[in-house]
Amino acid sequence: MDQSNKDHALLAAQFNEDEPRVNWHDETLWWVRSKRDKAAHALPEWEQLREVASQIKHNVLSNLNEYLLQFEEKARANGVIVHWAADAKEHNEIVYALLHQNGISRIVKSKSMLTEECHLNSYLEQQGIEVTDTDLGERIVQLANEPPSHIVLPCIHKKKEEIGELFHEHLGTPAGNSDPKFLANAARLNLREKFLTRRAAMTGVNFAIAETGEFVVCTNEGNADMGAHLADVHIACMGIEKIVPQRNHLSVFLRLLARSATGQPITTYSSHFKKPRKGQEMHIVLVDNGRSVQLGRADFRNALKCIRCGACMNTCPVYRRSGGHSYHTAIAGPIGSILAPNLDMRKYADLPFASTLCGSCSNVCPVKIDIHDQLYKWRQVLVKEGYAPAAKKMAMRGMTFTLSRPGAYQFAGKAGRWVMDKMPFIVNNKLNPWYKQREMPEPPKQSFGEWYKKNRKEV
Amino acid sequence: MNSREKILAAVKNNQPAQSKLPEVRSFLKPGTEVLEKYINVLTAIGGVANVVNSYAEIENIVRQEYKEAQRIISLCNELPMPGGKEKYADPHELETVDLAIMNAQFGVAENAAVWVTDDMLPQRVLPFITQQLAVIINRNDIVPTMHHAYERIGDSDYGFGVFIAGPSKTADIEQSLVLGAHGPKTMRVFIL
Repeated sequence: MDQSNKDHALLAAQFNEDEPRVNWHDETLWWVRSKRDKAAHALPEWEQLREVASQIKHNVLSNLNEYLLQFEEKARANGVIVHWAADAKEHNEIVYALLHQNGISRIVKSKSMLTEECHLNSYLEQQGIEVTDTDLGERIVQLANEPPSHIVLPCIHKKKEEIGELFHEHLGTPAGNSDPKFLANAARLNLREKFLTRRAAMTGVNFAIAETGEFVVCTNEGNADMGAHLADVHIACMGIEKIVPQRNHLSVFLRLLARSATGQPITTYSSHFKKPRKGQEMHIVLVDNGRSVQLGRADFRNALKCIRCGACMNTCPVYRRSGGHSYHTAIAGPIGSILAPNLDMRKYADLPFASTLCGSCSNVCPVKIDIHDQLYKWRQVLVKEGYAPAAKKMAMRGMTFTLSRPGAYQFAGKAGRWVMDKMPFIVNNKLNPWYKQREMPEPPKQSFGEWYKKNRKEV
Repeated sequence: MNSREKILAAVKNNQPAQSKLPEVRSFLKPGTEVLEKYINVLTAIGGVANVVNSYAEIENIVRQEYKEAQRIISLCNELPMPGGKEKYADPHELETVDLAIMNAQFGVAENAAVWVTDDMLPQRVLPFITQQLAVIINRNDIVPTMHHAYERIGDSDYGFGVFIAGPSKTADIEQSLVLGAHGPKTMRVFIL
């Protein structure tokens, strides 16, 4: 799907054409959010855990260069080969070179939002490498030729009937069968063959421990482990911000991650990869791709604390009703909207505006990122740097003019009330964005100023 | 300057003033009943718990509950099965395992996970590739929370270690929970 030069509001409008589907999407994600609440409320120490996690991550950001060096040294001592990639292009080239050296043309890959960010799949396919995504949700969107719409629940936007059709077409399941259990088993059998025959496996990284050089990958399905433990070559890709100082810090993050993501007490598998197994090659690619720049932006560096749980998406009233694809970036939702402008302000200038600034995202964030404050701050940066759309700039100028002149303000209010009362068709039409999906309110008989003047006289 | 140096220089230049690492406390509620908690959580996440008093009891349950299992690998000395202690040079040889029985180092009450390291396994893939998984832990080896778990792991060395909590699962199709994604379809924990 081409998502370049797209605009959140336009894409959200497309998603909103099917209202029952929007309601279903909204309710499904709210249900996940409720499970998160139940899990969080069961731990009296929840708020302390969030605070500790946030402080550990702050320490990581403040000492990242030392931790990266320490991690590299330990990982090398463990027999792991460490690579550094300045940007997406270099990351993709490193991965391809490793596959090419080993004469490998087909790989399995478990979930990695970083490889989505780098558009690795399409790059590898251009080089003649076949990539099979093995997380069920990612496999489904891959078959549908779509990007994931959620970082934890990649095909949350798809109905089971659509998945049944995809599987009928690609995996040969009977037409019309959309039973989740049946479909999941069909995928299990199909992907098992891939795990057993592919010589290279790629995984993401949830946490990398500076003190030991090991990295942790969390899955429920077991796909990362099936891939990595059967393959001759394991390539793990991670953003440089994934570092955690000490092994015992994992206790804090593993307690928070799955509870925040899905309400589970922990993911089924929390796999600690330290050394390659006998006869295996293990590689780690450390990727910057704009992270070091973001580290230097004092107002926005906290976004690098993110542990990719997706809680901010599940709780966001805008995400739930506009769908992940409306964000046209690898990481959707509130966190994606504060990460993406760092990579490309022009392309993602719309995203910080795709929010009501209600603050729910910041309240559920397990590492206490000030998400809604950053959304607000990005808006100011984007307008100052000239990335606001012309119509918005004009409207803002109009507002400044009106709001700074009491006479103009009173006249505009009176004119508005008169128009809504006498000529409602002027505002009740498609040209007025506030009329979309809602009726305009009854105009008040008088302004507050008028009311105050009148009542004050009477006292 | 190569990418490594470039990245490290940019990071060093842009990182904020050093902040202190917080202390990680254990947050333990007094009077936590770990065995009961462990069993409740394991059941809730789709696993099965059996509190047993002897290996003979385990053997009976295995015989009863896994009648259809053709290829069983037991890594437990007290439960000898054909093919248990063999070395498997190639992990692919484990493709057809129906049931794997193994010891774990300890369990964690708050999330029902067990900790397994690669020195206990013939191949790392075994607890994932097997159709069904059975794990034995000692009832004195259940710790309350993940803080205690990492205290116990300490700075021990391993090539690979994993917390396993229940059967593999997915809810990717309309949030319907399906047990048995790519790994085991069932997980039973014997608490001895």
